[in-house]
Amino acid sequence: MNQKKATEEYIQLAHGSGGKLSHDLVSQVIVKEFKNPILDTLHDGAKISIGGAKLAFTTDSYVVKPRFFPGGDIGKLAVCGTVNDLAVVGAKPLYLSAGFVLEEGFYLDEFKLIVRSMAQAAALANVQIVTGDTKVVERGAVDGIFINTAGVGSIFEGVDIDVRRVKPDQAIIISGYLGDHAVAVMSERHGLSLPEEIVSDCAPLNSLVKIILETDPSTVMLRDPTRGGLATVLNEIASQAGVGMLIDEDELPVKPSVKAVCDILGFDPLYLANEGKLVVIVEEYISRKVLAAMQSHPLGQNARIIGKVSKEPAGQVGLITGIGGIRLLDMLTGEQLPRIC
Amino acid sequence: MNMKDSAYTKRAAGLLTEGISRLGAKPMRIMEVCGTHTMSIFKAGIRRILPETIDLVSGPGCPVCVTANDYLDAAVAYARLPESIIATFGDMLKIPGSHSSLLAEKTAGADIRVVYSPMDALALAAENSGKQVIFLAVGFETTAPLVAATILAAKKGGVSNLYFLTAHKLVPPALAALLKNPLQSKKIDGFLLPGHVCAITGTKAFEFLSEEFKIPAVVTGFEPLDILEGIYLLVKEIAAQECRLLNQYSRVVKENGNKDACRMMAEVFRPAPSNWRGLGVICHSGLVLKEEYGDFDALSSLPVELFASVEPAGCRCGDVLTGSIRPPECPLFGNKCLPEHPVGSCMVSTEGACAAWYKYQAGRWQF
Amino acid sequence: MCLAVPAKVVSREEFLAVVDVAGVTRNVSLMLLPHAKVGDFVMIHAGFAIETVEEEEAGRILELLQELASYEHER
Repeated sequence: MNQKKATEEYIQLAHGSGGKLSHDLVSQVIVKEFKNPILDTLHDGAKISIGGAKLAFTTDSYVVKPRFFPGGDIGKLAVCGTVNDLAVVGAKPLYLSAGFVLEEGFYLDEFKLIVRSMAQAAALANVQIVTGDTKVVERGAVDGIFINTAGVGSIFEGVDIDVRRVKPDQAIIISGYLGDHAVAVMSERHGLSLPEEIVSDCAPLNSLVKIILETDPSTVMLRDPTRGGLATVLNEIASQAGVGMLIDEDELPVKPSVKAVCDILGFDPLYLANEGKLVVIVEEYISRKVLAAMQSHPLGQNARIIGKVSKEPAGQVGLITGIGGIRLLDMLTGEQLPRIC
Repeated sequence: MNMKDSAYTKRAAGLLTEGISRLGAKPMRIMEVCGTHTMSIFKAGIRRILPETIDLVSGPGCPVCVTANDYLDAAVAYARLPESIIATFGDMLKIPGSHSSLLAEKTAGADIRVVYSPMDALALAAENSGKQVIFLAVGFETTAPLVAATILAAKKGGVSNLYFLTAHKLVPPALAALLKNPLQSKKIDGFLLPGHVCAITGTKAFEFLSEEFKIPAVVTGFEPLDILEGIYLLVKEIAAQECRLLNQYSRVVKENGNKDACRMMAEVFRPAPSNWRGLGVICHSGLVLKEEYGDFDALSSLPVELFASVEPAGCRCGDVLTGSIRPPECPLFGNKCLPEHPVGSCMVSTEGACAAWYKYQAGRWQF
Repeated sequence: MCLAVPAKVVSREEFLAVVDVAGVTRNVSLMLLPHAKVGDFVMIHAGFAIETVEEEEAGRILELLQELASYEHER
């Protein structure tokens, strides 16, 4: 059958990559059915109100392969990913749930390592895992272990992270090096030996977010560029807010070794998943102060102002290249790397 | 080794761009032969800073795009063979055949593996002795020697379950055919030549452009500054009404190329007529396996039932590949033909002109 | 598919070499470049070294840029 038909009738790997097909699946199938204004905001976490308390609620599933990689493992990722999704809604992450689907025959020792890693990550993030579930399915029905975590947090007083507040002339900041996580995960798959400096950046970002919000409670936007990378996240924000963006390629922090892996394998660091980075949008007048605050935190030492929000062209992101040219920075179409997080 | 300081890069780029604008005052059309150049030019944002007088058109330099549907259809047929593993470069996955694509076959359960080197296919054959591994050998002179070397290694190792579905093509005959083509509607004033093809063949393989056709050409590298320099040298040549072959990429490309690579290609392959989308059948423009290596040739040693191929209705890839139209001028561009569901290969190949134009939205994007 | 990356040959054993690009190492075949030596810079493409890379002729490009810069002063 042709590709168009295949895409319409079957789930493709690309539907899970965080790019355009993922988007279409979510908006045209899932959001359409579940229908409610909270879901329509399509941020990483949902903002809900219960008896006057302003809370954030989120969930994520983890299928990364290999399960252990330089700098982390599926368990650490499962905790940090959900903690970060709460943090970027402007919330203090409080409680997590952990659901496991295990394959018959999975090594008990490996499971113990993963669970311990989750406990350590939770302690680091200052959250508690308070409920969960474990299912076992027959050999072959899942690949080893799949983990789902959901989380709840309380939104900081006076903070309103909302894509509708993104406006022209605001500054865009990235908290550090791009592409490290994806490269750390995929290097094993492709027979590349990496220098010690490349490890997954997997980390809980709530303490960095706290510093940012203390410096500027009117921070406009926070996102963590996971699947689909920085380019996808910027495109999502631009399109939801109806604004343009101009990014300076020379300001984007990428380690030479990460660039080398990308050159060899034909990837683009701007589309690679990060698990410990933040995109921050603030008003221009306070951007340098926020940058300094970020740089004083261990997870933000290499933060840079990478560009600004613009009026035109609405919904799109432009990149000023190293030679002074300019090009469109599109959203990811298709799949770059399966099972990266 | 490359002076990568960003201030230097911007300064050098500025000077080269000014030089191009100064010399490129009258309209001229330059063909970027290689699909990788098309992509790199967009990626560096070069189209936006060139003067309007310079028309950069894409050429037939996308080996996947210039190969007709029957190749992909054969690949699909092999994918459906029981106990077979297809080993392929990643960008072949989405290329549409007459009725299916490798990605669709993979979704439906075929064993298709993306590899980065033909040597990976050799490794797959060794690890899966009970199965047939078929490598999709597509590419120009940059890739053919790699396949040749792999076949020589396979023969030496006595490997008997590795096959190659070959569609290698040669660039110089295609350019000659392009220039002799009576249907060629747009006059080309100069060529940017593919640096890595030339690294193998040597610059002398392209001297005919200067000697026979009196058209200037510059062998160009792929870094943004390489390309700007290549364009500058070419524009200077055109403006001076000269027609020399120049070598911007001299740090990699020599006059005689890589003799070891050429020798291996000649050992394993022989030239044959080949069908190029947009250009028709061109003599001596393709490579087929010599008889001594026939055991590795998929079509003769592992025959499979092939079904009739149809070219996609309304597809203008052929015209895009000869530089006769720009991708947005194809009526299917951006509506019926999209990266998610392409009609022709130019929209999904990593070196496809349509893919580049769609992804970077024509390059002259205003804001 | 013309993508090739410059890398430094770190070690070689017969036709197999280890190359280094900014600290990232991998194995490549030297079947197409049998005379490559440790310390050479080579272009690697799809698992093979296809050509050696000479030291960038700094003189050549700087001369070109100086020539171009001279036009700036004329304006």
